[in-house]
Amino acid sequence: MASIIFKNVYIKDEESIVGPYEKEGNINFANYVKDLYGTEKTFENCEIKMQRWVFDNVLRKNNLKDKDVGIVVGGDLMNQLTATSYNMKNYDIAFLGVYSACASFVEAMIVTANLLDTRFFKRGIVITSSHNLSSEKQFRFPVEYGCLKPKRATFTATGAVASLLTNEVSRIKVESATIGKVIDLGIKDPFHMGAVMTPAAALSIYEHLKDLKRDASYYDVILTGDLGEVGAKILKDYMLENYHIKLKNHLDAATLLYRESQETFAGASGPVALPLVLFNKILKEKKYKKILIVGTGSLHSPVMCNQKNPIPAIAHVVSLEVGL
Amino acid sequence: MKKEEYKKIVKKHTPKENRLVNALTSFVMGGLFGILAQAVTDLYRYWFNLTIADATTWMLITFIFLASLLTALGIFDRLVTYFKSALIIPITGFAHSMTSAALDYKSDGMVTGLGANCFKLAGSVILFGIISAFILVIIGVIIYG
Repeated sequence: MASIIFKNVYIKDEESIVGPYEKEGNINFANYVKDLYGTEKTFENCEIKMQRWVFDNVLRKNNLKDKDVGIVVGGDLMNQLTATSYNMKNYDIAFLGVYSACASFVEAMIVTANLLDTRFFKRGIVITSSHNLSSEKQFRFPVEYGCLKPKRATFTATGAVASLLTNEVSRIKVESATIGKVIDLGIKDPFHMGAVMTPAAALSIYEHLKDLKRDASYYDVILTGDLGEVGAKILKDYMLENYHIKLKNHLDAATLLYRESQETFAGASGPVALPLVLFNKILKEKKYKKILIVGTGSLHSPVMCNQKNPIPAIAHVVSLEVGL
Repeated sequence: MKKEEYKKIVKKHTPKENRLVNALTSFVMGGLFGILAQAVTDLYRYWFNLTIADATTWMLITFIFLASLLTALGIFDRLVTYFKSALIIPITGFAHSMTSAALDYKSDGMVTGLGANCFKLAGSVILFGIISAFILVIIGVIIYG
């Protein structure tokens, strides 16, 4: 039993910024950087700058000083959580870095919600970012290298998201959460992240519904993070065959971010894909009351892939209730 | 669910790559690049009165320069999506792999970045190229004396 019910945790505010590809995509973003350098000299510094921008804006919009925020929890895709750690050195706030690849945002949200629910802290900020080219460089090939990618590959989204969690009542309630388990069904293909992460997503959704004695139709929408077009199709089949659960209200954030004409293969990936779509599309549409967000992370390391090991994956689940 | 059963579901939904089209594109485009290279060699011989060996060297230098320049301008990787392996297999691909790695790591310092990572992708081409040349030469000597 790894499900937790929260009594008084709310999402008060959020801020997001995206890169140029995401700006041209399906969703209308107000804030964006014009190119992948964002006036910095390196991609890594651009990612740090985006994080700093969203963080500063959340503080400014809510009239908060460093001492008003109890805790910051966050993570990104770079080694040593570079972007988040280098951003947090600018602030005088307690910080926890978390990593579960593209599920980092949801993991950070669960940790923060727990700390707030015990009333140990009043406010907490959850932060995450990813950058297409800093992760290409880290996980794949040099940026300019024209590597031919298969159709099942995903495209790491560029952007940063910070959201403010508080004890004060607001429109969006963080209702419950389920912490995922690491699962590995023997997929070795590092281009096929959808297939790697789907079993983890399915397991976490199943455990969440079982623990809280709910039906899949209880939720207005089940929003998975970055399974991509291929992964979303696999998830439907796998849920039905393995857990006998029919997913009707499933959306995948990765497939919503870009237009079809953009060369992004099976869709977006990265820890920002889920919060970008959640805050800028799903919550703005005001159509859904009960939302289940499923952060899916492929815990792969290029070293283990080169040594021909299968890739493990994890998924964390948070249930949100929106007062319309 | 067993791993084999899951692999079946994955296989069912994984989109097929157009291997035949990709291979044909590479074959035809690669051939055209070969003709182009021959034309450049012949022109060099005609214009500058070079021997075949010298003209070939200059042709290779020209192609390496163009591939590196287009990589630096960010055009080469887009061309690869159209011409497929026709640009990766010839010497242009080799130059491209070095230039792209050099560009990527230049911000990490000249020695620790550029120097250490320049041959990140090209290293295996050089190593196994030399080893296979070595073996082939031995076989050649044994057969032809």
